[in-house]
Amino acid sequence: MTGTKLKLTSEEQAILNGKGGEVLAKAMRSIVVYGEVFDADCLVDIVGDQHFVTSFGANTIKPYFAMMQELIDAGLKTKNPFTVDPRPIEYESVGVNPIVKMVFSLVFGKQADYEVQLKALGLKNDNAFTCTCYFPEVGNTPGRGDILAWSESSAVVYANSVLGARTNRNSAGIDVLCAILGKAPRFGFLTDSGRQATWKIEVKTSQKPSAQLLGSAIGLKVMEAVPYITGLDKFLGKEMNPEVEAFLKDMGAATASNGAVGLYHVENVTPEARDLGQKLLVPAYKTYVIDDAELKRVYTSYPILWKNLDATPKRIFIGCPHLNRSQLDGWIENISAALKAQGLTRTKMPVALSTPPDIADIYRKDPAVKARLDAMNVSISTICPLMYMNNPLAATDPIATNSNKLRTYSTARFYLDEEILELMVTGTVKAAASVKIGEKA
Amino acid sequence: MRKTFKGRPILSGVCQGEALVSHGGFNTLASYQTALVLRTKKASCSDQNNVDLYKKVMTGKILCLPQTIGSTTGGLVLMTACSLGSQPTAMLFSNPIDSLAAAGVILADIWLEKRIIVVDELGPDFLKAVQTGETISVAEDGTVTIE
Repeated sequence: MTGTKLKLTSEEQAILNGKGGEVLAKAMRSIVVYGEVFDADCLVDIVGDQHFVTSFGANTIKPYFAMMQELIDAGLKTKNPFTVDPRPIEYESVGVNPIVKMVFSLVFGKQADYEVQLKALGLKNDNAFTCTCYFPEVGNTPGRGDILAWSESSAVVYANSVLGARTNRNSAGIDVLCAILGKAPRFGFLTDSGRQATWKIEVKTSQKPSAQLLGSAIGLKVMEAVPYITGLDKFLGKEMNPEVEAFLKDMGAATASNGAVGLYHVENVTPEARDLGQKLLVPAYKTYVIDDAELKRVYTSYPILWKNLDATPKRIFIGCPHLNRSQLDGWIENISAALKAQGLTRTKMPVALSTPPDIADIYRKDPAVKARLDAMNVSISTICPLMYMNNPLAATDPIATNSNKLRTYSTARFYLDEEILELMVTGTVKAAASVKIGEKA
Repeated sequence: MRKTFKGRPILSGVCQGEALVSHGGFNTLASYQTALVLRTKKASCSDQNNVDLYKKVMTGKILCLPQTIGSTTGGLVLMTACSLGSQPTAMLFSNPIDSLAAAGVILADIWLEKRIIVVDELGPDFLKAVQTGETISVAEDGTVTIE
């Protein structure tokens, strides 16, 4: 490996030498080597609760389950409670036929066993399954400057950018080991210099851009670099509120999945940009201008993997990442209004609105709301749509989504919000609608 | 004509094999998703967005790439590919290695004792020089030769 400059405390060195047992030493060795690759100077204490991407008991990830079991058998637990990504399946809200269900039980056959492992290691509670653990209803909300070792790319980019916490883009596996030790190697986003922007993104669109499309364009261009975004405050305003937070969440998820962005700054909006402004830009930054034509170019570049391009979607997923309450309420009202405008009562296909269990419970426990949604063919789900699409049978269906992340990792077809609404009530989208790249007002 | 590049050995080793070149970021989850779900030992790239690699076999190849991108399950995906024997023989990065790829190859090396040879910081000229199908040799010290 590299010549190390990573300095360990005497306690950390003792753990590495086996003071805490062989398994803890192996965990320490993993994060020390990981830190050495990135020239980390030391290990720092994690502050706050952890969040892990790995929520799914997929049969295929046996080596990960074996590592988890080694940790459990050694009597180890995470220093603080943790949350994880959404559960992969939920038949009550996303119904499937028996054959598809059988395939799900094969693909995610270890789900129950894995949840036992998660609880043994320190899972926060039975509702701790969401990619948006930072929503107030869920409560795993880090503060500015908190040191974390999170995974889940959309949560990492949100924690860094919107909350001002400090976490690298950690992979599944290394996140758990950091949480066991309560330590993370200091490099990258944990340092001031690692949070400097090397790209200036100038948003010059004629209207508020689609968060999903803007994030995609940025991610595809800058890959893992830190972008500093100007011109967006004109559309978002300068105050945080649930609508702005939702925009930043969805934009960030698209930057992280279409590229590998772990931190962005939005001028006059995100905390570090508000404090430091363009001082966050390195002197030799590159510039990328995003206007209406550029967003249209990006949108029309997406491959469509449906076998029949003219198919009516069999299902629509909204909420990857999970929706906040403001978004959930907005979609329910927009779908209701779109149906009413067409003189309809039900959408043409089932629509799943995914949200954290703590939020879903609020809606599901209200009989009037539940009856209204059932009548509209809309379900409140806690599912991970991406995991749903891991089912090879389900993935052959024409599935539509407004999530650029889901588009990236699956055969789901991406549509803008207005198009998705049109799909829900008519079963099709007029070609002309595709040229609109703005966000639904 | 032989061309030689010197990089930083992250996980050192010696190998020779066929180059598979991705000029854009290698999305580990999207690339391996189908192969892992189907548990195929000969993994073909399932990333629709990667025009260089889509549908090409990755197993046993010397994967030449700028960096990995995408989901933070990326490291776990590499670890799992190693356990199934469907991993590339080596990963050669033109850029500094990213945190997801680093975690994956380190976890496989320490917890599974299965090694993907990894060299990074080979520079942008490396990806301009190498082409899919060419034979590449990797030396212990991170020297990469396009034969």
